[in-house]
Amino acid sequence: MTTVFGVPLPAILGQLMLGLVNGSFYALLSLGLAVIFGLMGVVNFAHGAFYMLGAFAAYVGLQFLGVNYWCALILAPLAVGLLGIAVERLFLRHLYQLDPLYGLLLTFGIALIFEGILRGLFGASGKSYPVPALLRGGLNLGFMVLPIYRAWVVLASLTVCGMTWFLIERTRLGAMLRAATENARLVQAFGINVPLLVMSTYGAGVGLAALAGVLAAPVVQVSPLMGTSLVIVVFAVVVIGGMGSIVGAIVSGLVLGLIEGLTKVVYPEASNIVVFVIMAVVLVWRPTGLFGKE
Amino acid sequence: MLKPGITALCALLSLYVSAQAAAGDQIVIGDIDDLSGVYADVQGQGGIEAVYMAIADAGGTVLGKKVIVLSVDHQNKPDIGASKFREWSDQNGLNMLIGGSNTGVSIAMAKVAAVKKVPFFAIGAGGASLTGADCTAYTVHYAYDTTALGNGTASAIVKQGGKSWFFITADYAFGTQLQEAATRVVIANGGKVVGAVRAPLGTTDYSSFLLQAQTSGAQVLGLANAGTDFSNSLKGANEFGLTKTMTPAALLAFISDIHSLTLQTAQGLYLTTAWYWDLNDETRAFAKRFFAKMHREPTMTQAAYYSAALQYLNAVKAVGSTDSDLVMAHLKQAKINDMFTKNGYIRADGLMVHTMYVMQVKTPAESKYPWDYYKVIKVMSGEEADGSQPDPACSLAKK
Repeated sequence: MTTVFGVPLPAILGQLMLGLVNGSFYALLSLGLAVIFGLMGVVNFAHGAFYMLGAFAAYVGLQFLGVNYWCALILAPLAVGLLGIAVERLFLRHLYQLDPLYGLLLTFGIALIFEGILRGLFGASGKSYPVPALLRGGLNLGFMVLPIYRAWVVLASLTVCGMTWFLIERTRLGAMLRAATENARLVQAFGINVPLLVMSTYGAGVGLAALAGVLAAPVVQVSPLMGTSLVIVVFAVVVIGGMGSIVGAIVSGLVLGLIEGLTKVVYPEASNIVVFVIMAVVLVWRPTGLFGKE
Repeated sequence: MLKPGITALCALLSLYVSAQAAAGDQIVIGDIDDLSGVYADVQGQGGIEAVYMAIADAGGTVLGKKVIVLSVDHQNKPDIGASKFREWSDQNGLNMLIGGSNTGVSIAMAKVAAVKKVPFFAIGAGGASLTGADCTAYTVHYAYDTTALGNGTASAIVKQGGKSWFFITADYAFGTQLQEAATRVVIANGGKVVGAVRAPLGTTDYSSFLLQAQTSGAQVLGLANAGTDFSNSLKGANEFGLTKTMTPAALLAFISDIHSLTLQTAQGLYLTTAWYWDLNDETRAFAKRFFAKMHREPTMTQAAYYSAALQYLNAVKAVGSTDSDLVMAHLKQAKINDMFTKNGYIRADGLMVHTMYVMQVKTPAESKYPWDYYKVIKVMSGEEADGSQPDPACSLAKK
């Protein structure tokens, strides 16, 4: 059997495939963070909590309201996005004139509050969300059996990432958004409602996190803490990609997922720190990140 | 602005002074546990409630002193656990400490118990070293330990033909001790371990590790982890179809885990437990009271919280004092008889030796009412679960 570093090739291929699945989650989450930071300058520490709320919205929808998985894919991000908009209007808006650190502290506090509430309601050990019937079973790839659901996650996440990139970089709405970041007052002078634009941006970024949460619900235990550890990793991904860079977030999300997957074969104990080691190296070598602007 | 500040300060000061003054006229039980993290459902608020139930059953006051409970979240950090324990002993007149989840934190707290001479009941933590290399004269390991878990689950599965094992292990003191205990049992019964992987605590995605388990060709998937780590690894094993080709072995699972996973996912699983709410009339009566307050059935360690607090207070009554050495001496010669266990006793090394049960999780069809989750596969005597001799690694055992 062919081996690489003493590990059989099929095992490597399998791990790379799984790395790609995790990378898709990272990409989707870091994309939302990058959009919010790039267009608003807010370091959104509540991103993990919104991801968790997305998963819980799907769970509550299925258990109590009869909303199936496919509807949840649309409805949960909408509901959580609206919550995000409320957070922006009520709290975040007042901090734009201040140092970004205040936004970070506020969103961190909001994350703790949401997690605390959900722990009170559902307990720390979480809930199970079934894989939708249509996506059960596995695909035999020769080197491994990939659950169909995981393949769907990669497909869905890449599609959404592509669409978001297109929206921001290639459409008129995206152009207005980017212009508003460069010079908000000038854009406002052209009669464009900048506060509305900013508010919807935050809502959309939060919606992306919630979508990732719905996608994750069938594969991990839906628990109040599911976003806590993830948000730190995703921040590292965004920093590596370059704060605010859309392409950077997507590409580094996928690549880091792959690297993490390989680490799990070679030295599993390090799998939860490898991303941070890479972040440190990147920060020394290119402080603005791989795709960041000076 | 200044006035409310001063008022608050005065209020705080008076509280502090009254706490100091009161320290002698009350009995203080402390609980240091994970109240917010991955293990918060195992004891958490339910554990505190169980202690209150024990206090009520002991009469609310003991030797004419009011019994009060202090609790704090150790956030799974050994330094927080140890420093809180020290603070309570120095400033709040702590008489007895109950330790919740996390072996790492409990080992750190055991060291404080030895210095402060405060009885320390380790309940949520499983690491057998608490009554081995890390034992102290004031530690009681009360509910279960990794040795008993290995002797229960691992031996039941090996004897049924599950000879080759692959472990997914939580990468800290508890996980490694659990894997060692299970490995000893597997090898002693003619089985072998073909591989093991150490996953960081709090890992959510286990697919890589599961793939390694699958390619190893082992018959048994040993899950040497707990809480959400356990739920996520078992959930992944189902998704990747491992449960069809391998026998999953839960080396430590609580009823809270089974409840959150649902029977659909957990059915057929073997596990070892010290207590189950539906064992007999006494356990059901306790569970009913507990359920009325917490709206869920108690875990084995929540039941042990109740039992430990009750036995401690009974010992205080019996010796007529809260003196740690007198109470410990009494505890070590008395039999423990309550709804948690019958004829339990505390060995020289501090381990509470008592009956353990190997259970199998019911299928959804077998389950007749809410929380009807386990069927008893085997009842193990305390000696069968933990051996009849104290752990030679413990200095107290040599006497």
